[in-house]
Order: sequence, then structure tokens, then C-alpha cells
Amino acid sequence: MSKFKKKQGNTTPGISTASLPDIVFMLLFFFMVVTKMRDTELMVTVNTPQASEMTKLEKKTLVNFIFIGRPTEKYTKQVGTKPRIQLGDKFSTTDDIPLFLAKHRESVPEGQKQSIISSLKVDKDVTMGIVGDVKTSLRKAGQLKLNYSAKQRERTK
Amino acid sequence: MAKKNRMANEINAGSMADIAFLLLIFFLVTTTIAEDKGVLVKLPPFSNDPPPELKLNTRNVYSVLVNAQNQLLVRGEQMDIAKLKSNTKIFIANPQKLENMAVSPKDAIISLKNDRGTKYGTYLEVYNELKAAYNELWDEASMVKFGKGFEEISADKQKEIKEEIPLILSEAEPTKFGDEK
Repeated sequence: MSKFKKKQGNTTPGISTASLPDIVFMLLFFFMVVTKMRDTELMVTVNTPQASEMTKLEKKTLVNFIFIGRPTEKYTKQVGTKPRIQLGDKFSTTDDIPLFLAKHRESVPEGQKQSIISSLKVDKDVTMGIVGDVKTSLRKAGQLKLNYSAKQRERTK
Repeated sequence: MAKKNRMANEINAGSMADIAFLLLIFFLVTTTIAEDKGVLVKLPPFSNDPPPELKLNTRNVYSVLVNAQNQLLVRGEQMDIAKLKSNTKIFIANPQKLENMAVSPKDAIISLKNDRGTKYGTYLEVYNELKAAYNELWDEASMVKFGKGFEEISADKQKEIKEEIPLILSEAEPTKFGDEK
């Protein structure tokens, strides 16, 4: 007869995983708040070029986006393959830019209107003709702060 | 008896985590952490009148032309994009006080011109290199003056350096070559 009895019922219980869902939900909510769902469907293909001298766009509400690129496959039947401008969720021409800017300007609180930035998301294979036209009409509309959207790369040696 | 037993059972919450993970992964995939970064540019105000004829000393003007074939012509000579930044820096700073380069950084003017057929990617690359030249000069100047990088000094000091080496980049109206087919 052994003196030491095998201890029973005192083994370490398994770690409770009951709080795991809570943790994961917390993560989930974090990501839902931090990330931004793509609100507008991109109707043009935009593959931005690379650049090294970047400035971050701080306040999202002060930024309006202008997309320029060739229409995606879905739309080539309707509008062809020539590079197009997309404002909001529709194809536009340079004539629509002043109205688009005015609409955005209205949503910006007074006092911050001079810090509105237009972000140009332009495909790298688009020619400068259309970009120049957009630039001219932005200048005519008094929108002088521009941001050429690009991907980060290292500065060349 | 059996029924009573089943009632007493707790709902198994073990799979809850899996469901939540599934949702989490779904959100991770569908959303994009918008990395909105880009090259900041300030356009000149629009006016219908032709710009006033400025009498500029040609030694102070660094003209950069990008044609529809995405080739670079800098001060009348073809140049590789890879060399643009270093050459621009030499032009602005003019360390050897050469006759054909800027009198001082304050007088240096970069003139950029492109065709309508120039690719946007090339244009931005050139613009980026020109801006990089200035950023590096600012960085070097702040290192000499304050012993810190340009990004680390206060806004007032940054302004001081920018006044010494102002970024003057004039963009001409593009010429109508090689527009989109």
C-alpha cells in the first residue's frame, strides 16, 4: 500500500475559452471603426505610380477624390476604353468639376474651407493631356491644393 | 428524464469564437486601411491674361522638358531620370560657383514642361525627383544650421530654411503632342 495517494480531481482545469469571443469581437469592432469601407465603386482602373516625397492626407473630410483612368471591363461597352474622369460614382467630364467641388465645399465647416485638398488618383499609364485639363479646371474653380496620390517608395540614391 | 437532462445543458459557446473570427477576417479582407499619401502640389491661380514676360537670367532657369516619348530634355540636353535629382541639386546649390548655374538658391527657378502625350507616371516621377532635390537640400541645410534633420526642427526654423532655398517650380502649359488615342 502506497503512502501517497494519487491526487484526483486536482488536475489543472482547461483554460476557459469563454472570453475568447469577447476578445475577438473587440478586435472586430476595432477594425470596423478604424477601417473605411470603400464607399464608391471604382469604375476606372487606377494604378497609382510610386513616389518618395509624400505628404499624408490628415483629415478625410477635407479631401475630395478625383479618379482618372481607363474604364474597367464592366464599363468598356458603354463608354469605350479612353481614359475617363470619375467623380463620386459616375463618369464625368472636366465641366462637372466645379459643381463637384462646390458640393464638397458645402459639406465642409466654415473656417476649414481653405484647407480643402483635392486628391488626384491617376493611373500611371494615363497621358498628361487629361490630367492637364483637370488641373486647369481645378485652377479655374479656385481649388489650388492638390495631392497626387502615389505609393510610397524609397528615395533614390 | 432525458428531456430534463437536455434542458440543463448549456449552449456551447466554443464556436462563437470561430464565428467572430470569420467576421473579423471578412472585414480585414474587404476593407482597406486607406493609405492616403501623395505628392502635395500647389497650383498657381488661374488667369486669362498671358503671364507677364519676365526677364530672367537664363543661368537661373533650370528647364525640364518631358516629351510624349517620356524622354527628358534638361537645359537642351537629354538626361536620364536617375541623374535628374543630383544634377538639380548641383544646379541649385552651385557649390563651385559656375557661370552657367544659379546665382544663389534664392534665384533658382525650375521650369517644368510636358507634352499632352507624356505618361502621368513619368511626369510624377520627374516631379518627385525635383521635389526630392529640394527636400535633400533642406535637409542638408538644417543639418548644418541646427544639427538636426529637416523633419525634426520646428516649423519656424523650417520656414527660415525654406526662405533661404525657396522651391520655385513653374509649370508651363503642356504642348499638344501625342494626345490620347
